[in-house]
Amino acid sequence: MMWMLELPPFAPFFIGALIAAVTRGPLRGAIMVAIPILGAIQLSMVPEGVHLQFTFLDYQLIPYQVDRLSLMFGYVFHIAAFIAIVYSLHVRDTVQQVAAIMYAGSGLGAVFAGDLLTLFVFWEFLAFTSVFLVWARKSQRAYAAGMRYLIIQVLSGVILLIGALFYAVENGTLAFGYIGLDGIAGWLIFIAFGIKCAFPMAHNWLTDAYPEATPTGTVFLSAFTTKVAVYALARGYPGTELLVYIGAAMTCFPIFFAVIENDLRRVLAYSLINQVGFMVVGIGIGTALAINGAVSHAFNDVIFKGLLFMSMGAVLHMTGRINGSDLGGLYKTMPKTTVLCIVGAASISAFPLFSGFVSKSMVMTAALENGFDWIWLMLLFASAGVFHHAGIKIPYFAFFAHDSGIRASDPPTNMLVAMFIAAGLCIAIGIYPAALYSLLPYDTGYNPYDATHVLAQTQLLFFSALAFVWLNLKGLYPPELRSTNLDFDWIYRRVCPNILQRMFSTIWAIDKALRQAFLVRLGRYLTSVAQRNEGVSGLLSRTYPAGSMVMWVAVILGVYLFLSFFH
Amino acid sequence: MDNETKHLFDDPKNVKRILWFLYISCALLFALDFVIHRHVAHSWENLWGFYPIYGFVGCSILVFVATWMRTFLMRPEDYYDKDENTDIDVKESPVLTKKQIKDEQLTKLGTYDVDA
Repeated sequence: MMWMLELPPFAPFFIGALIAAVTRGPLRGAIMVAIPILGAIQLSMVPEGVHLQFTFLDYQLIPYQVDRLSLMFGYVFHIAAFIAIVYSLHVRDTVQQVAAIMYAGSGLGAVFAGDLLTLFVFWEFLAFTSVFLVWARKSQRAYAAGMRYLIIQVLSGVILLIGALFYAVENGTLAFGYIGLDGIAGWLIFIAFGIKCAFPMAHNWLTDAYPEATPTGTVFLSAFTTKVAVYALARGYPGTELLVYIGAAMTCFPIFFAVIENDLRRVLAYSLINQVGFMVVGIGIGTALAINGAVSHAFNDVIFKGLLFMSMGAVLHMTGRINGSDLGGLYKTMPKTTVLCIVGAASISAFPLFSGFVSKSMVMTAALENGFDWIWLMLLFASAGVFHHAGIKIPYFAFFAHDSGIRASDPPTNMLVAMFIAAGLCIAIGIYPAALYSLLPYDTGYNPYDATHVLAQTQLLFFSALAFVWLNLKGLYPPELRSTNLDFDWIYRRVCPNILQRMFSTIWAIDKALRQAFLVRLGRYLTSVAQRNEGVSGLLSRTYPAGSMVMWVAVILGVYLFLSFFH
Repeated sequence: MDNETKHLFDDPKNVKRILWFLYISCALLFALDFVIHRHVAHSWENLWGFYPIYGFVGCSILVFVATWMRTFLMRPEDYYDKDENTDIDVKESPVLTKKQIKDEQLTKLGTYDVDA
């Protein structure tokens, strides 16, 4: 059994994906469910430290290294993979299933990578495996969105590779530890992480691609890519103050878009950025409490955001619709999904006794303790806002609001079971956070359940709900409208193509005009030549008299004679 | 739909009940501010009703700003699906086809074809 312990955590997933590719039906389902279970058992026995290393071109590579930070992400990735696999058991599409397992494995490979080169390899693996979950939707939109997603993800990987090479030159090592923002390597790697982390202006790959993926694919997508980036930032850039401001921006700006967005899975994609913002702030503050907050919030977010994406995936799966303007009144026939969605909504909104509360409050407390007063106010605003758009808007417009007349039933059992597991974890962590805290990188003795915190958060949330009710009753709440809202991707989906288009069409027009002018001129010249030589015996005349023919025959004979001298 | 069973919120009374529950909860939570002594880290937290007011005002502002953002961000649902170049009207110079060029030359030649 010892050799099994030495097997890196991504191995069971990659091997399992191979087996799943050649099996069918219930056997494949059993294998897929077994993968994360076996992986988790193995991971629970692995001690911390370096488990695999070799030398490559004078550099020490460490493809498998374990510490408390990576273990935390390792655990939650196993949980997420298990839940998402159960959720997608009904899927018969082999490509999608295999890609999903490989994708989960790549996420694990990345968080247990001990050096930057290994990280880069799994970084790109994440991109190439996950894009199939988008393409599996098999629509033109999904294809285009997947393409944009892939380009941006691969770009991030290329920047990471260049940064890693600079890093190796600057520091003489590829080991992945604290990097910091000094030197060009630090900045390049920071940008690479930032793209995958959906920093502002680099965030649209997420809101673009995730809602276009399959109902089950989005559940996988929401768990891994951004969390790998959060992990990488936590390892490479803890305490980098710039991250506090970036993170605060990430918590605030997406909620405005979420309020006016119609596609409910896109609303969740925006709120995913908002939640990642809290983690980024925590990493930026960099104290033990803040890092703990960031990591535990990542842990909880994987589960509750997965639950929300699962509930919306269930709605999409059963009704074929996901726009708020098309839905409503589903609680009548999908009561279980409704309740499970509300549990996810309460968790993301950080209601006391739900998982979001016990982790988000750490980041908020850390922000206050370290003198980031304005940041704290922004986070408070974002907390109220997330309740508004994810906590109320999602369940309200899908399951309540006006009756859309759709009478879809609750989804297949496997989907319900997956959602039950996620909901159970959300509540369990909320009620008994000590279990989660014991896994955290630092021991801070933090207790979320004191009267001050509970009261403050409850007041904030209830009065946010009151605002929603008031705005709705007054008719001030923006109705769900079929629309596309412009975001930063407008720059590269519209403006840049248009500028290029204009540039090329100008170049082509000039080119065409030049050639045409030349042609016309040439034509005129030939015309004048023709006119001048027109007439009997002219150079271009078609009416040669017999006399000139005799003359030309004589010339040809003369040439023959001349040539014959050279024989 | 008429022969369906009545559902929970088909009865407006139940909606009212939920709303009243919310109103009373809000009032109670607001009142608790005066009862519970909180240990604060920020001076603003000492203000009575700081969190309730911040939550209410923050959310209202969020919705108003977002609604206003619609005025310049909202586009038709198929905005990106349309041919991405339709809103460009390229001012192309009048293009002459090869035939037109030939015709132009022929007219200039005039009496060129003596067989005609």
